[in-house]
Amino acid sequence: MKTMDELLSTHPFMADLDADALAIVAGCSRNVVFEPGELLCVEGESADTFYLIRRGHVSLDVHAPGRGPVVIETVGPGAVVGWSWLIPPYRWTFDARAKSRVGAVAIDGACLRGKAEMDPALGFALLSRISKELLSRLQATRLRLLDLYGGRDER
Amino acid sequence: MSARTLHEDASTGVSSHRGAGSLTPTMHRVVERIRETGDVVTLCLEPVSGGRLDFLPGQFNMLSVFGVGEVAISVSGAPRDPGPLRHTVRDVGAVSHALSESAVGDLIGVRGPFGSDWQIVPVNAGAAADPRDVVVVAGGIGLAPLRGAVHELVAAHREGGGRVFLLVGAREPSQIVFNDDLEAWARDGAKVMVSVDRATPKWPGRVGLVTTLLGDAGFDPANVRAMLCGPEIMMRFTARALVDMGVDPGAILVSLERNMQCGLGWCGHCQLGPLLLCRDGPIVAYAGLVSQLLSERER
Ligand SMILES: Cc1cc2nc3c(=O)[nH]c(=O)nc-3n(C[C@H](O)[C@H](O)[C@H](O)COP(=O)(O)OP(=O)(O)OC[C@H]3O[C@@H](n4cnc5c(N)ncnc54)[C@H](O)[C@@H]3O)c2cc1C
Ligand code: FES
Repeated sequence: MKTMDELLSTHPFMADLDADALAIVAGCSRNVVFEPGELLCVEGESADTFYLIRRGHVSLDVHAPGRGPVVIETVGPGAVVGWSWLIPPYRWTFDARAKSRVGAVAIDGACLRGKAEMDPALGFALLSRISKELLSRLQATRLRLLDLYGGRDER
Repeated sequence: MSARTLHEDASTGVSSHRGAGSLTPTMHRVVERIRETGDVVTLCLEPVSGGRLDFLPGQFNMLSVFGVGEVAISVSGAPRDPGPLRHTVRDVGAVSHALSESAVGDLIGVRGPFGSDWQIVPVNAGAAADPRDVVVVAGGIGLAPLRGAVHELVAAHREGGGRVFLLVGAREPSQIVFNDDLEAWARDGAKVMVSVDRATPKWPGRVGLVTTLLGDAGFDPANVRAMLCGPEIMMRFTARALVDMGVDPGAILVSLERNMQCGLGWCGHCQLGPLLLCRDGPIVAYAGLVSQLLSERER
């Protein structure tokens, strides 16, 4: 059975994080499994955890009045689910639902915030990774805003 | 069968067979009309005077609706299919609308085939199948010009050719074209992944940009060739993502399109930088000049 440090070190989000930092993050982490249809988080509820997805796929849904749930994105192995633990008021802005059996590492956001405040180098290493991930998600969202396949430039 | 010339162009890295002397349309009759999605139909055409137009996957014909106009439409059939000539049209303007509305029995003018192709060695051509993996990325109706290529690639894989990874992007599930083919290709060993921009939770597939499928597909970036067709921005970002993964830019083919008129390299309507896309394209290697042209702003 793999230790938590080993599990973390194989996830792209933690790639190249040094062993000491990994051990600190591992202290805030636990291994979790979600069956298809189970919720990882619920829109509006307090956000104290984020997930590093190791296996399976997760859909991020929002409820649109009159339209029911709309899937805004699906993410798979290597992805990170949940940023709301970073910024007050620490509340989820979407539902995250397992589409298949999902294996993930759940990280306690409050625990990690505390460790990062005590260890600025760790805080910087984590924030750099978070910024990179957020940037790539923002780029993908911007491209989708262009409505590529429906517009003039289709083909 | 039209006479052919083989044209090799150093600036695009792609060779092409071109229909010769094709200023005059040949009359074809619509023998079947297949509705693919709300605004996309496939027209199956047979020449009135018999015979069969010879083409390579990725090439296009100029289709005319008499009294309305003429547009470039890629052949969506496979050379290995014995049946009629297939073109898949999305209804976006006057000519494509008239084409989409044509009924069985109507006459359509066909000039071509023109342009470069996806460079696939057919399995029955005596040559050994290409052992490299191939990743095919299609956005929206961009799957039409790739359909014949995927047929050939899936057949080649059965004969020892590389694995086939087909990644398809569409606006929503109802706009995915060629669903039956996608299922058949998956049954025949291709890895088929579909991602849409928007869906309800009932949709079993992925939601997000088609580029997000690349990391999960499982091909070997050091030993893969790629074929991209879809909105130009999609191809630009997909090509960049592939290069970032370690794919050789020279092994990436993209299909570039501009308005076509003559189809023969005479009128200049389809110019992109130094390229005339009816002649040097539409399918070109992404490396060098083309990657620059794709990133350039239009003036
Ligand atoms: C090499 C090549 C291969 C092509 N293959 C195909 C094919 O297989 N199937 C196919 O349907 N089309 C294909 N096209 C596009 C086709 O040639 C026409 O440009 C398209 O059908 C629109 O022509 P139109 O006269 O109906 O509309 P236009 O009168 O030219 O345009 C009417 C409206 O539609 C918009 N529009 C024009 N073109 C497009 C487009 N491509 N997508 C979305 N909106 C558009 C215009 O901005 C305008 O608002 C290909 C083009 C090229 C150059
Ligand atoms: S369409 Fe006339 S030169 Fe290309």
